[in-house]
Amino acid sequence: MTMASTEEGTLRRITAPARTRRIRGLSDKAIAWAFIAPTMVLLLAINIFPLIWTIYLSFTNYQANRPNRPITYVGTKWYRDILGSPDVWAAMQATAHFVFWTILLQTLIGFGLAYLIDRKFRGHAFWTTIILVPMMLSPAVVGNFWKFLYQPQIGLFNSIVSFFTGIEPSSFEMLGSVNLSPWSIIIVDTWMWTPYVMLICLAGLRSIPDYIYEAAEVDRASLWRQFWSITLPMALPFIMLAVLFRGIENFKMFDMVNLLTGGGPGSTTEVASITLKREAFEKWRTGYSSAFAIILFVAVFGLANIYVKALNRVKQR
Amino acid sequence: MSDLLNRFMRFRRGPWENLATLVIAAGVLMLMQPLSLTLYTWSFATMLAGTVMFVIVSKFPE
Repeated sequence: MTMASTEEGTLRRITAPARTRRIRGLSDKAIAWAFIAPTMVLLLAINIFPLIWTIYLSFTNYQANRPNRPITYVGTKWYRDILGSPDVWAAMQATAHFVFWTILLQTLIGFGLAYLIDRKFRGHAFWTTIILVPMMLSPAVVGNFWKFLYQPQIGLFNSIVSFFTGIEPSSFEMLGSVNLSPWSIIIVDTWMWTPYVMLICLAGLRSIPDYIYEAAEVDRASLWRQFWSITLPMALPFIMLAVLFRGIENFKMFDMVNLLTGGGPGSTTEVASITLKREAFEKWRTGYSSAFAIILFVAVFGLANIYVKALNRVKQR
Repeated sequence: MSDLLNRFMRFRRGPWENLATLVIAAGVLMLMQPLSLTLYTWSFATMLAGTVMFVIVSKFPE
């Protein structure tokens, strides 16, 4: 018993340093690979593989609800169908309408708010926190409570519009009207994401050194002149960054639109991602929807490249 | 004009990246415009060309 434990102790004494020596013997490159490998494997499994699989499916007639049906190669049929379809083109125009107006409103209001907050008036920290609240909410929560706000009979939104315009609150329906429903989702997205644009613009405004304004005051430049010649040009890269980021995000917008209108009434608010979901999970045209997903992916990837370029330009400042 | 051509022929990152960015932006505009179905049909090819070009030229020296 004693001999066995002594032998075991000796063995442990020999093997432990040997193992340490073996680990110490690894090159820096090998250690780096050992650390990176799990992340690489995870990225390959959850990002790269699905992408390659989607590209493959976009050239086939595969349907996810009929997994046993033989898969046949259809070439670029789905791409030609999508890029020649007036319905998908209409969905793209609905997306363009949504993206254009949300970006315009968010940039104007966001920059205006940032300009006001940058004045550092009394209680500005409190108001900054209040303004940031919508951005912190989940889109599912926002979608649900705006549905209540838009209720024609009991909704606060209709009551406020009625208070200012004198129109009967139940005489119009934001989510059910063909003319108003595209604006209802624009209002909600603007309400939710303007604070984000404000934050980026605020960072831009705070990065402008005070001595430039002091020099402008010495030169007796008016506030208006200071705004157009100093503030706006120096904050512009940050504004561009916010525009690009919101553009990419709104191009992919799904959750909030799905909760608020579900693409309706009819297909008035059917943005590209809603069409994609309908093709993939209602009509079960997996090959077709994969091709559509790849087209959207290329658009977003292209925009993301521009975004990274803009980001690098901002970093160089 | 020849000056612009010379800038491109030196295969530096800046001008080529700008060109690729313009091609991508044109592709996205073609995809979302409401005027011509033909432009919409060619938007994907334009975006893809711009994106591939961007990936290649971003490896060019500064």
